[in-house]
Amino acid sequence: MRHILSVTVENEPGVLSRVAGLFSGRGFNIESLNVGPTLDPGVSVMTITTEGDEQIIEQIVKQLRKLITVIKVVDLTDLKSVLREMVLLKVNANDANRAEILRTVDIFRCKVVDVSIDELTIEATGNYEKISAIVGLLTRFGVKEVSRSGMVAMKRSIQN
Amino acid sequence: MELSGAQILLECLKREGVEVIFGFPGGAVIDIYNELPNSSLKHVLVRHEQGAIHAADGFARASGKVGCCLVTSGPGATNTVTGIATAYMDSIPVVILTGQVPTPLIGNDAFQEVDIVGITRPCTKHNYLVKDVSQLAHVIRQAFYLARTGRPGPVLVDLPKDVMQKKTKFVWPDDVKMRSYNPNIKPHAGQIKKVAQLIRDAERPIIYAGGGVITSKGHEALTWLAQNLHIPVTATLMGLGCFPGKDKLWLGMLGMHGTYAANMAINNADLVLAVGARFDDRVTGKVSTFAPLATLVHVDIDPTSIQKNVSVHVPLVADCRLALEALKEELTPSLAEYDFETGHLPWVSKVRAWAKEHPLTYKPSETTIKPQSVVETLHELTKGEAVICTEVGQHQMWAAQFYTFNEPNCFLSSGGLGTMGYGFPAAIGAQFARPDKLVIDIAGDGSIQMNIQELATSVCNNLGVKIVILNNGYLGMVRQWQELFYNKNYSSTCMDAQPDFVKLAEAYGATGFRITAPGDLTRVLKQALETPGTVIVDVRVEREENVYPMVPAGASLTDMLLV
Repeated sequence: MRHILSVTVENEPGVLSRVAGLFSGRGFNIESLNVGPTLDPGVSVMTITTEGDEQIIEQIVKQLRKLITVIKVVDLTDLKSVLREMVLLKVNANDANRAEILRTVDIFRCKVVDVSIDELTIEATGNYEKISAIVGLLTRFGVKEVSRSGMVAMKRSIQN
Repeated sequence: MELSGAQILLECLKREGVEVIFGFPGGAVIDIYNELPNSSLKHVLVRHEQGAIHAADGFARASGKVGCCLVTSGPGATNTVTGIATAYMDSIPVVILTGQVPTPLIGNDAFQEVDIVGITRPCTKHNYLVKDVSQLAHVIRQAFYLARTGRPGPVLVDLPKDVMQKKTKFVWPDDVKMRSYNPNIKPHAGQIKKVAQLIRDAERPIIYAGGGVITSKGHEALTWLAQNLHIPVTATLMGLGCFPGKDKLWLGMLGMHGTYAANMAINNADLVLAVGARFDDRVTGKVSTFAPLATLVHVDIDPTSIQKNVSVHVPLVADCRLALEALKEELTPSLAEYDFETGHLPWVSKVRAWAKEHPLTYKPSETTIKPQSVVETLHELTKGEAVICTEVGQHQMWAAQFYTFNEPNCFLSSGGLGTMGYGFPAAIGAQFARPDKLVIDIAGDGSIQMNIQELATSVCNNLGVKIVILNNGYLGMVRQWQELFYNKNYSSTCMDAQPDFVKLAEAYGATGFRITAPGDLTRVLKQALETPGTVIVDVRVEREENVYPMVPAGASLTDMLLV
């Protein structure tokens, strides 16, 4: 099962390598990993999407907590949380299908951020399902390039 | 007054209680070596950096304190990596100080530059690169704190040359506080009650003790629990000595080369109390058939050890000593209410019957020396009171099986990583930690050659370390596997060319003995142990003797090959 982990770390050199090395060294899988600073310059937050059964996820969480530079690990999977990913897609567009692509963009409330004679670059933001759906729909027009941010996530304040 | 980085470093080491430091100089640490003569620290010059780290490790294991070593950048640093991984696998507190090229040169592929922090990230508890001299005291304090607390382990500090030269005001940090590191050492009261009840209810309990009992100094509480509640005890290689080997409840080691009694007891127990052990594959054999009838209780300070290899019923994250003492307190009133001796008698009798049925044994010979008999003779001659170090292989298992350990911190062996060449430098470290003790390295003819250069260190420091080589002319453990599982294809395991170990000892200024006849064994061994200074005893033993019992890798513990 897919799990989203929010990992609060000390913002210091080598911390990404410690986390990434832990996953590769122990044979855990990283689907996506996103790092960014917080309001506290000494602290960064990583959002890691990973997959595994209960026992593996338990090990991943415990091994992460064991790293000296990791301050806090929260598994957001069973909590109410906001999950978002951003993706940029460069799609083939000609006079015959441009209107159809734009309609799809509209329905999914995406944005066209760059245009040229035969392509459109689309920015889509959403949860995992939405991103999968839009990528799936646009593939038939021919997607030339994809760039994904990886999931970012936050626990909701109200859990009930 | 301002001090240089090198001066601050040495002052910090002194304040951390370091008395002896094992090291080897080089360009990047020359500033530190320049200050060493002005310090009260005893520096032991090794002959190879691997010797330095193993000696620091041996010092730590024998003393229970943090070991410390100092090496230069580049090759000096990389030579310690095997020793760091050894200490990491066995949770040994060591601080490794490595030199580094000056900070402006880092990343330029400078002479003797290597990213040792990057290299050792997966085999240290934590590591640091000190880029600013004002951070130095703080980092050293944290390094020692991390090494000795929680689940102990090696911590590396990389020290660029310019940082050692720069001056700053020395401020000793009063306290170490780390927001991201707060190991939980106190046992959960509810879990203690639960475990105590399981112990009260158990009919066939067994204690499976590991190195954590020794590290936490929990051996007394463990011995109390076992003896008062009449629970048989088995231990891992790392746990040997945590319970008196002469006690009737002692079953010997469990696992691949464990005793028949220990493995049968695990297989039939209804309660396994695992303390400071980590269900290593060499212990469990086939995991799905390990302790099939038992409720598993797992006490360990490291949460990642729990549910890693085996799914346990009752986890208890705590310092082993504190957990065992809490159990003692909880169970003391039960002694008046329940007669554990009578209650466990059928079980204890059964376990003893197994021990009688298949004890640790070997076929004696009148013509060749049996390696097991060498260990037995050493035990007799030393009354079981020596500190025994080992290398890795058959001799290591025979030492574990046939030298009965009654005290903790007296058996030093690379358990997790299985590092050949560990024993002799570790014995040097142990001798510095315990000058009062006889320290013996039980070695194989293969392993001893991996760090033989440390003879110079031992002789130079007038150490009385005794090396007893069980010389069978083979890399015996690999040969045993080839015999049993690879159709006797002895590929590259025969040590055709060997040095003359007696002459080798003499060349280094040590004393050498050779024993070839069983009739000479006791007399010459006694003479060797009584000879002052460093001694090598080359004992020519039965060449194709095997270690038994043996559970083939991946088999169930009950599938033992016996003598």
